[in-house]
Amino acid sequence: MDLSLDQRYLVFREDVRAFIAANREHAPPAVTFRDRVKPGPAEFAWQARLIEAGYAARTIPREYGGFGAEPDLLEQSIIAEEFSAAGVQGGLQGIGIIMLVPTLLEVGTPEQKARYIPKAITGEEWWCQGYSEPGSGSDLASLRTDGRLEGNEWVINGQKIWTSGAHYAQMMFCLVRTEPDAPKHRGISYLLIPMDTPGVTVSPLKTMTGRSEFNQVFFDDVRIPATNIVAGRGEGWKVANVTLKHERGGIGDPAKSIARYDGLVKLMKRETVDGSRAIDDPLLADRLMQLEAKVLALKFNNMRVLTADLAGNDPGLARLVTKYYGTVLNHEIDALAIDAMGELGALYEDGEYLRDEGAWQAWYMHDLGLIIGGGSTNIQRNIIAERGLDLPREPKAVIPPQGMGGGAASGRRG
Amino acid sequence: MRFGLSSEQETFRDQLRRLLNERSPLERVREVAAEGSGYDERLWTGLAEIGAMGVLVPEEYGGLGMGAFDAGLVLEELGRFVAPAPYLGTAFVAPLVLSESGSNMLASEWLPRIAGGEARIGLALAEAVGARAGAGVRNENGRLSGTALMALEAGTADAFITVAGGELWLVRSEAPGLTRTPMTSIDRTRALAELRFDGVEAEPLAGGAALTRRALDLARVALAADTVGAADAMFEQATAYSKQRVQFERVIGSFQGVKHALADMATALEPARALTWYAIHAQTEMPGSTEAHRLACHAKAHLAEVGRMVARGATEVHGGMGFTDDLGLHFWFKRIGLDRQLLGSPEQIRAEAAAAMAA
Repeated sequence: MDLSLDQRYLVFREDVRAFIAANREHAPPAVTFRDRVKPGPAEFAWQARLIEAGYAARTIPREYGGFGAEPDLLEQSIIAEEFSAAGVQGGLQGIGIIMLVPTLLEVGTPEQKARYIPKAITGEEWWCQGYSEPGSGSDLASLRTDGRLEGNEWVINGQKIWTSGAHYAQMMFCLVRTEPDAPKHRGISYLLIPMDTPGVTVSPLKTMTGRSEFNQVFFDDVRIPATNIVAGRGEGWKVANVTLKHERGGIGDPAKSIARYDGLVKLMKRETVDGSRAIDDPLLADRLMQLEAKVLALKFNNMRVLTADLAGNDPGLARLVTKYYGTVLNHEIDALAIDAMGELGALYEDGEYLRDEGAWQAWYMHDLGLIIGGGSTNIQRNIIAERGLDLPREPKAVIPPQGMGGGAASGRRG
Repeated sequence: MRFGLSSEQETFRDQLRRLLNERSPLERVREVAAEGSGYDERLWTGLAEIGAMGVLVPEEYGGLGMGAFDAGLVLEELGRFVAPAPYLGTAFVAPLVLSESGSNMLASEWLPRIAGGEARIGLALAEAVGARAGAGVRNENGRLSGTALMALEAGTADAFITVAGGELWLVRSEAPGLTRTPMTSIDRTRALAELRFDGVEAEPLAGGAALTRRALDLARVALAADTVGAADAMFEQATAYSKQRVQFERVIGSFQGVKHALADMATALEPARALTWYAIHAQTEMPGSTEAHRLACHAKAHLAEVGRMVARGATEVHGGMGFTDDLGLHFWFKRIGLDRQLLGSPEQIRAEAAAAMAA
């Protein structure tokens, strides 16, 4: 156990802190649940400042507009920690930056890198992800959106769902079935689709929160250049897995659970019933302490994962369990906040007695979405059991002749 | 930055596992359990030979003067092998409490013998957490009277660290007026006793209530570590069993119901292990701090819950076999069961953690 940092990293941390102190006035205001919308000029200006200082797009080569530093997980983790601790927004977190850019860097052509990466990291060109379909959720590789090559164009028909940001994105990276005769996982290609192409229709998908965090996207004879493919025909599933490998933190990130838990403690110190604070109620305090133990466990587990990553080792189960553990934990934190508010916990949207702008009910519903999205809890358990514990896969079930039901395979992402 | 074991610590753990594999296989655990002393001479000597007894004993007293995390590795492995070795009181709590008590006389008398594997010290701290059945020990002018229940690692203890009047005392087992009556628990790998004090001479360990809390924190993280090791072993046995047991022409580990049960255990256990490691590390890294106290509370209470869940679930995966004496899985089940009951229920300990926060 050695949690100290080398001198080099202590200096680096001081640099990050100094930057935050000197520049925080330029940071966009913290985003509340209420106004989670498209990033605007303030976010883009902040992103440009962060890239210049090396606190966003840090490891993207300079020729593509990044800062050009060598990858260093500990530096990345210090940056994330310091921004989070200061309550200052870090770099843009769009799916293009998190998923597409690292994928292109690994498997894209030089032209694709030069064309897409610079605009993706500044936010100038916003991306959305076209993976899930109404009939292909957990079993993502069964997707049916169809792409045919006609001359030097792909012609795309079909439908995507759960595409966040599609209503303001300029581009989509999309999984499309281009080889209908190939086996399931080998018939998919990874295509890049400009959202303003004729035949693309975006329609908002209203969820239980009452908001439209997601969309459905319809393709009706959408024509894009044949060169808008990443890697080869039928290699889309492999490319998507490259992307998944890059998806670190994000869902199951302990920083989010810690922040959420701190908010809960504040709420419970503030809320009173008959003049007594919620935190002084022994039953509520007991639940609070159960959650605190889990938040700490997640935090230290993450340090174990980071340690393994730094040493180039596979963290195994410690990593596989984090999505499942983290999303369920966040949901439990939201639930206790709602319970601590008693009857007022049911209020929503607006009104004098709403607490924290109604965020807790909104999170309670939104976090349920995260429990489901990105590989639902039951899929996560399959992954933990099959990859982590090496248990055999479920034998294929026979699909009833009416075409009802069917067995789930191992798709992951919404 | 490294959260976890160094390569030296991995070597030490491998050494421990070899020793325990050789000297404490399940057949041997059965023999010692049947006899009930909670002590196995050959294992104890082996632990002393590889330096495990002196991990927390300062170098000036013949020990290694290492951190709590190193000793925690021993505790975890003892739990993994349900090994009958009274290590927790003797080699984990006593070295720190005795050196922190400021009594050089006691330290120089006991610590070298602890490091050499020549002395054993039990813990009679149950009444510091809550007196049951009217128990409790009073201090009357330096002489102790009363009853202490559930004294831990009592079978072959040469002395006990006990609590009277909120403070810690060291009392020798042969002191006139002290009687020790075994108490039979579910877990026969560890010896518990009722201690009766009738004007017994004892030596005070200066340090007041803070040292009492310190001893409790140490004993609690140690119990958590024992549970981590024992739960890990149960979980591994259940996973292995699910890959070989065939029903309905399939190994049962291919059924989603069994897979998900195992995945849930892994998901509870992995982060719990990290919590316990850090809580132990904190005991010598930031000794006596509120932070170390809260971490000790969380580790003990959380592992009580996770331990129970894994113990139950892993037994269930074994089906009827898990219920038999023959398979021996119940030794782990009972070890985890005793860990949970000792030194505070999860509810009580969480209330302590909440009080430390609200303050």
